[in-house]
Amino acid sequence: MCNGYGRRPHREMCGLSKGCLMVHSVTARRRWVAAIGFLSVSALALSGCAQSQRDSGGGGKEGGTLTFGAAGAPKLFDPFYATDGETFRVARQMYEGLVGFKPGTAEVEPALATKWESSSDAKTWTFTLKEGVKFHDGTAFNAEAVCFNFERWYNQKGAGQSDAVSQYWLDNFGGFKDTPDKPSLYKSCTAKDAKTAVIELAEVNSQFPDVLGFTSFSMSSPEALKKYDADNVQAAGDAFTYPAYANEHPTGTGPFKFSKYDKANNTVELVRNDDYWGTKAKLDKIVFKIIPDETARKQAIKAGDIDGYDLPNAADWAGLKSDGFNVAIRPAFNVFYMGINQKNNPKLADLKVRQALQYAINREQLVKSQLPEGAKVATQFMPDTVAGYNKDLKAVPYDLDKAKSLLAEAGASDLTLKFYWPSEVTRPYMPSPKDLFGAISGDLQKAGIKIDVVTKPWNGGYLTDVDQGIPDLFLLGWTGDNGQPVNWVGTFFGRTDNRFHTGVSAWGKTLADDLAKANAEPDKDKRKSLYEDLNKRIMEEYLPAIPISHSPPALVLKSDIKGVVPSPLTDEKFGSASKG
Amino acid sequence: MLRYTIRRLIQLVGVVLVLSLLLFAWLRVLPGGPVSALLGDRSTPEKAAELTKQLGLDQPIYLQYFKFLGRALTGDFGVSTGVQPGDSALDIFIQRFPATLELSFFAIAIAIVIGVPLGYLAAKRRGSWFDNASVVGSLIGVAVPVFFLAFVLKGLASSALGLPSSGRQDAIDATRVTGFFTLDGMITGEWDATFNALVHLILPSIALATIPFAVIFRITRAAVLDVLDEDFVRTAESKGLTAPVIRRRHVLRNAMLPVVTTIGLQTGALLSGAVLTEKVFGFPGVGEALAIGFERRDYPVLLLLIIMATSVYVVVNLLVDLSYALIDPRIRTR
Amino acid sequence: MALGVSKKEKIDDLAETAGVSLAASAWKRLKRSPVFLTGAVIIGIFILISLLSPWLAPHNPSDPMLIDQVIKARNEIPPAQPGHPLGGDLQGRDFLSRLLIGSQQTLIVGIGATVIGLTGGLILGTLAGAIGGWVDSAVMRIVDVMLSLPSLLLAFSIAAMFARPSQFTVILAVAIVQIPVFARLLRGSMLAQRHSDHVLAATALGVKKGAIVFRHMLPNSLGPVIVQSTLVLATAIIEAAALSFLGLGNPDDRIPEWGQMLGDVQKVFDTHPQLAAYPAICIIIVALGFTLMGETLREALDPKNRR
Repeated sequence: MCNGYGRRPHREMCGLSKGCLMVHSVTARRRWVAAIGFLSVSALALSGCAQSQRDSGGGGKEGGTLTFGAAGAPKLFDPFYATDGETFRVARQMYEGLVGFKPGTAEVEPALATKWESSSDAKTWTFTLKEGVKFHDGTAFNAEAVCFNFERWYNQKGAGQSDAVSQYWLDNFGGFKDTPDKPSLYKSCTAKDAKTAVIELAEVNSQFPDVLGFTSFSMSSPEALKKYDADNVQAAGDAFTYPAYANEHPTGTGPFKFSKYDKANNTVELVRNDDYWGTKAKLDKIVFKIIPDETARKQAIKAGDIDGYDLPNAADWAGLKSDGFNVAIRPAFNVFYMGINQKNNPKLADLKVRQALQYAINREQLVKSQLPEGAKVATQFMPDTVAGYNKDLKAVPYDLDKAKSLLAEAGASDLTLKFYWPSEVTRPYMPSPKDLFGAISGDLQKAGIKIDVVTKPWNGGYLTDVDQGIPDLFLLGWTGDNGQPVNWVGTFFGRTDNRFHTGVSAWGKTLADDLAKANAEPDKDKRKSLYEDLNKRIMEEYLPAIPISHSPPALVLKSDIKGVVPSPLTDEKFGSASKG
Repeated sequence: MLRYTIRRLIQLVGVVLVLSLLLFAWLRVLPGGPVSALLGDRSTPEKAAELTKQLGLDQPIYLQYFKFLGRALTGDFGVSTGVQPGDSALDIFIQRFPATLELSFFAIAIAIVIGVPLGYLAAKRRGSWFDNASVVGSLIGVAVPVFFLAFVLKGLASSALGLPSSGRQDAIDATRVTGFFTLDGMITGEWDATFNALVHLILPSIALATIPFAVIFRITRAAVLDVLDEDFVRTAESKGLTAPVIRRRHVLRNAMLPVVTTIGLQTGALLSGAVLTEKVFGFPGVGEALAIGFERRDYPVLLLLIIMATSVYVVVNLLVDLSYALIDPRIRTR
Repeated sequence: MALGVSKKEKIDDLAETAGVSLAASAWKRLKRSPVFLTGAVIIGIFILISLLSPWLAPHNPSDPMLIDQVIKARNEIPPAQPGHPLGGDLQGRDFLSRLLIGSQQTLIVGIGATVIGLTGGLILGTLAGAIGGWVDSAVMRIVDVMLSLPSLLLAFSIAAMFARPSQFTVILAVAIVQIPVFARLLRGSMLAQRHSDHVLAATALGVKKGAIVFRHMLPNSLGPVIVQSTLVLATAIIEAAALSFLGLGNPDDRIPEWGQMLGDVQKVFDTHPQLAAYPAICIIIVALGFTLMGETLREALDPKNRR
């Protein structure tokens, strides 16, 4: 009898036990579902094989299921091939890298490597590994496993080399072993002994070893990789298909293990890894319930269907708080900007015109009325937590007359601009594109600029058109991957054929070259001051786009969920979470 | 009869081919699509061009279409880029179709349970205030945008009654057999799973029911009016049969034929309505996949689902025609 | 088939009413029908408001004059206040003015979709009905294929085809779905008249075929066309709202339209329900008005109801 219901443990069994009732009685529905539907099951379970509740030790109670509302389905579970937030979120709970980020910051801390040091030329890095760590399948974690992973990444073939597949590797390490025209930052990995791995780089890079903290570069079990054919990615028709490792057998070292992905019910289930090397997770299970519609997620948490979800609409924060939910506001680690494309309209290559745009936008008002609590006007293209942020830069104030006179000086009083905004998307830096666009375009119109409004779905032409330089003005932003400045200004202006077409102006090349120089500077402090100077020049001499704001993204959780630390990188791990 | 059926089926194949070609050409011409879906906001012109080449999207459209047809014959309709990225479009259809069927079934059931008696009563009291009120009421049902009604239901009923307002089932441990969650629970004896799924169906099926309700009500009313006027009813009345007997034996039975066929013909409207309703309720059916597909421009999924929706619609229409012909011999001779 | 149940049969039933004079008995019955009059009054008021809206609207509908009172962080939008009886919207624009001006755009969407649908249907239907033969069967095959697709789904697909959505693409998407309906209707009503006395008489008198079509057949098809148009006006307004809801509507909201206003505020349905409720109620009333008129007209034209 017990076995018959043993498969459906805990949550339902809890239905009538006192301690759990508090959790489950959040909504009326749960109550009557529990009362009517589960009565018989629960009674049997309680009489026969009730589990004793583990008592709370330390912070937070043990056991329970955290149901998290995800905005989309995870593409796969192999972090190396992951490219989107929903996929990373699930993978992050099961995997760990050599380095990690200190919870709540963008600072690096030891993870599977306990320490590391670099040679004086910053090209050879020696990692000392944690001992006694095992992958979920029992394989031992050691230097050989580390090198196996690095070699696996470096040796991607065929479809595995595609930008759409190994995006993070390509962005951070460059090419692969058999792509001589596309050199790689990675040179070699040697297992000196079981707990010492030496990694050689082809050149100096300011982002190393921070990049190893990305979920993409987590350690997978070599045995599982081999057994489940992990590298067998195929281009099929107009998409890619992934092997069993990525779909059904992700195997890392993290506090949670993969259980199942119930596609018919749109839920992904992870269970606790009881052999975890560190502090074991308190939760028994994490369920990711996929609810694509944002309003539906909000209603689901109110109804008690889920325990939390990411990126609640800023307009809902107050309401959620007053309903007793915990709205965890993360530090704003992003920038929202109005992009200017200098290619199509020669007037836009004139600094005066771009400055006029900056004066014309009432950013103070915009931040106050359209952005969430804690949002700030941007003075430059990075937030103040990034090394190289220039404290001396002040936000240019709103000045309509100045804008008009600058436009007149430049002979651009009669300017018509094609202004793009994206539909079907919200981004942490851009909570409601339509309303933001309404405010900005309204301001520009007040300055006498005529606006040709164009919108396209984010993935249905918006990004493509922006890439191809079709709009004159566009709304975009960036959420940082790490605290290194090259991840910000380097990404935006590090090339001349970027989205802003800075190559049209002579300074575009200068800026790109100086950014490359700054990135290659091995000395931390020198690098920082180089970037500070560059930030000043970008804002005062070049102004390739108008930085508008930094907005803090939030995460909403039920009040009984404890131990989730909001992270600026939005990479919360639930290993420390507890319920009740 | 057989020839007719075969002709209609051949016609369906033609429709599907033409439709797939049109849809295919359309989604290849549109900007965005697979490449930008795969690359996201980290895309650069260079990367996009490379990927386009890698996926063979730079080849002529007719060539791509033939390749697509070849793959389609083996059941490969491409891989989702937005709805459930990485899943095959066919899998998505197979997983989600039972959900929509379940929802439509309950919507129709609700519409019948309310619409038929109401239509009957309205016809019996033709011209009364009750008749007028229900006619206008059914027309209001037509005039209300379904998604707005769904939101109202969700907002009011969900908070007042505590009914679930999203999803198909809570994340309970339920065994999947047929994909019909209400049925699965009955088969495996997991009654709580069936109950849970039923509770999730209440609000979305009420919202969706308004579409067939208005039609069923009006058809029932018209059919009963027609039958009431027929000679055999008058004869029955003059024979002195009591009202309930007349109702049972003559009126309802004869009025049911058009009503039954109407129900079959509501599939198209239900499919369209499901797009809106399922989106509001986050109900993981075909309609929601279509809504998300439109939003995220998931072309492989859109292509397959639109073709499938059309085929289902055409086949159901054919079945209705056939059953009609079987029941009513006058039509067969036409 | 007295009772049209399928889309096609419904159209065919309506087509058979061609040639019935609207002016005579039908009009007499309509004048006495409270349902028709209610519809007519609603639509009369709606058209009046939309024509006068530039003068009725107290403010510029695209001016964010109340932006100071929009605070997303606290979920505040401008409340009702002197000069702004309905408050403001999410971008601080006067809501009443937007509703009033919105009536105009809504009327444009309805009429635009109907006119385009009718014109397309007129061309196809006349071709088929007047020429007959293989043209007829070819055109009708296309029409039947289009009718065999779920209509709203077809409208969604068409709207999604346009790379750059606008008011016009919305109108077009809604209109294209109506073309086959009008085509079948017109062809059907011409066929119904082919053997009627006046057509036979004209043919006997040696009147040219074209002249018969344009002078006799088309004018006599007016009744069913008016009925269908009235119904399409209602559908168009509702479908435009559904398109906006799915993100396929007009992105430029400087000049508002009810469907767009309703579809755009789905994220704040529960926190600022008035933003959705007002345009929704307007849409419901107007759509109801058109439907009441259309359905009573249809009944009035139906010879069956003349006993």
